[in-house]
Amino acid sequence: MKDLLTALRTPRGIVVAALLVLLGVLPLLTQAFDQRYVLSIGTRVVIWSIAAMSLNLILGYGGLVSFGHAVFFGIGGYTVGILAHHDVFSGWIQWPLGLLVCALWAAAVGALSLRTRGLYFIMITLAFAQLVFYVGVGLEAYGGDDGLNIARRSVFSGLIDLRHRPTFYWLCYALLLATTFGLWRIVNSRFGMVLRGAKSNETRMLALGFPVFRYRLTAFVISGTLGGLSGLLLANHDAYISPSMMSWVKSGDLIVIVVLGGMGSLTGPIFGAIAFFVLEESLKPLIDLGRKGWGEYWQIVFGPLLILVALYARGGIDSLLGRPPRSGGGHG
Amino acid sequence: MAEALLTVDGLTKRFGGIVATDHLDLAVNEGEVHALIGPNGAGKTTLIAQLSGFLRPDAGHILFDGHDITRLPAPARVHLGLARSFQITSVLREFSALDNVALAVQARQGHSFRFWAPARADRSLREPAMKALDSVGLADRADSAAADLSHGERRQLEVAMALASEPRLLLLDEPMAGMGLEESARMVSLLRSLKGRRTLLLVEHDMDAVFALADRITVLVYGRAIASGTPEEIRASAEVRQAYLGEASAVGAA
Ligand SMILES: Nc1ncnc2c1ncn2[C@@H]1O[C@H](COP(=O)(O)OP(=O)(O)O)[C@@H](O)[C@H]1O
Ligand SMILES: [Mg+2]
Repeated sequence: MKDLLTALRTPRGIVVAALLVLLGVLPLLTQAFDQRYVLSIGTRVVIWSIAAMSLNLILGYGGLVSFGHAVFFGIGGYTVGILAHHDVFSGWIQWPLGLLVCALWAAAVGALSLRTRGLYFIMITLAFAQLVFYVGVGLEAYGGDDGLNIARRSVFSGLIDLRHRPTFYWLCYALLLATTFGLWRIVNSRFGMVLRGAKSNETRMLALGFPVFRYRLTAFVISGTLGGLSGLLLANHDAYISPSMMSWVKSGDLIVIVVLGGMGSLTGPIFGAIAFFVLEESLKPLIDLGRKGWGEYWQIVFGPLLILVALYARGGIDSLLGRPPRSGGGHG
Repeated sequence: MAEALLTVDGLTKRFGGIVATDHLDLAVNEGEVHALIGPNGAGKTTLIAQLSGFLRPDAGHILFDGHDITRLPAPARVHLGLARSFQITSVLREFSALDNVALAVQARQGHSFRFWAPARADRSLREPAMKALDSVGLADRADSAAADLSHGERRQLEVAMALASEPRLLLLDEPMAGMGLEESARMVSLLRSLKGRRTLLLVEHDMDAVFALADRITVLVYGRAIASGTPEEIRASAEVRQAYLGEASAVGAA
């Protein structure tokens, strides 16, 4: 707790705190100004933040470039969608099951992919994600390519009504806070030090006596499970699932968000997600002004921006907030 | 005679046409400082890599404390009590010196599947780590990133990490390589202070250090042990002179 208070007194801490407060009161603002669409974007930002943070655990802190992370959007989402299709709406069943399937899938993919390095690792994680993507496309009973509408959002015995947009937003927001806190503990724990140490120098960690593979696999499972959580939320937000939620483009977007926000910075992915969606929402209409319909290609402007970040701000947006408090394969 | 802590039996490692370890037999007794000398390319580092589990031998056996560890993965060997340092400095560059050593302590304390308590606030990690840093003379650099240390300091850090593992057998691959005079002297006195408390297999080019420290010396040439004995015996051996010590000054400078 003392650490948290000290962290709050740095410029980074102030910015993060302000951002979290702003996100916390967003539904009040959007209601006051009658901007339902903005709340919807806000919800997406929060859900994607959770997903990007989960990816950051293995990418930023573990140095493992997984190029298939959106698969957990898909698995989490499809668990909700498929169960709902069979009239199982209880969140008590949908959510634990979704998380469990994601954990198992992450364990399987991790067990195979973590034996490889570099480009092979990237390709294997991508291949497994594509596999699930095509399974989704092939699931004619659940809409195949077109996807599936979800008739009712997850039901939690009447405790919480996810149809109520602000309520749903606040649930996502609370989960984002919990994720942030949990990951903060994890990356600074003994486990986190091993994960970060292995990113810095795997050989040295082995020589010190750490069976690196097991720790990475565990991180992979935690990451996948959290990714699955964002998938459950996304399906509930959209009331719709389709294979496109786990296309490789989405996996790429997640990497972009992490890199843009700052790899190995705890809150970097939140910065990244905000920047990504704000840019998308503002560049699209801006480009449409120039020529109607061209807004879809907003990434043509976004791409060069990313290159600038890669060239001049290696630590992403996070690095604009000054040096991290303590370095070492990412900071907490 | 003391019990052999480490026994190497017929160890062989080939790299294509090169036989880097050639049917090598070696015994390191509990409590001794055993120096391994030999010209560059003799296969010293290759041997250390096989002993520590980073290279798989093509033939032969490695026994440690009665266990056959020939095929045991590197981390498991550490838990049996075998630690190594690297000839080419290998530290966690982005981490502080203290973090580096604290990780060595952490590894010794068992598994690290502990997800909640902050490791950097853990006194059971920081205090022994600080002690190990102090023993190599790095206490005042504890908070510096390993990347910011001088070459000599990083060599000291390397040794501090190996020490913090509290191994029964410490494999040191040229710990003094590239160190200044003062740093070397400090390292020699540190190693001397370990005598009797730790078993050491010391690869070193500095002959003064070797003859000052070693209880026994094995001379390696082309992957083969051409002689093994006390410092006096090695100094007296004609074969060693011819093969190696005759050019000692040239090798020592390399
Ligand atoms: N990974 C490798 N691949 C091919 N040859 C190697 C490799 N490692 C070492 N060697 C060769 O094995 C021999 C022994 O090298 P090394 O163990 O580094 O010697 P030393 O440490 O005694 O100087 C040398 O001829 C070296 O070139
Ligand atoms: Mg060598």
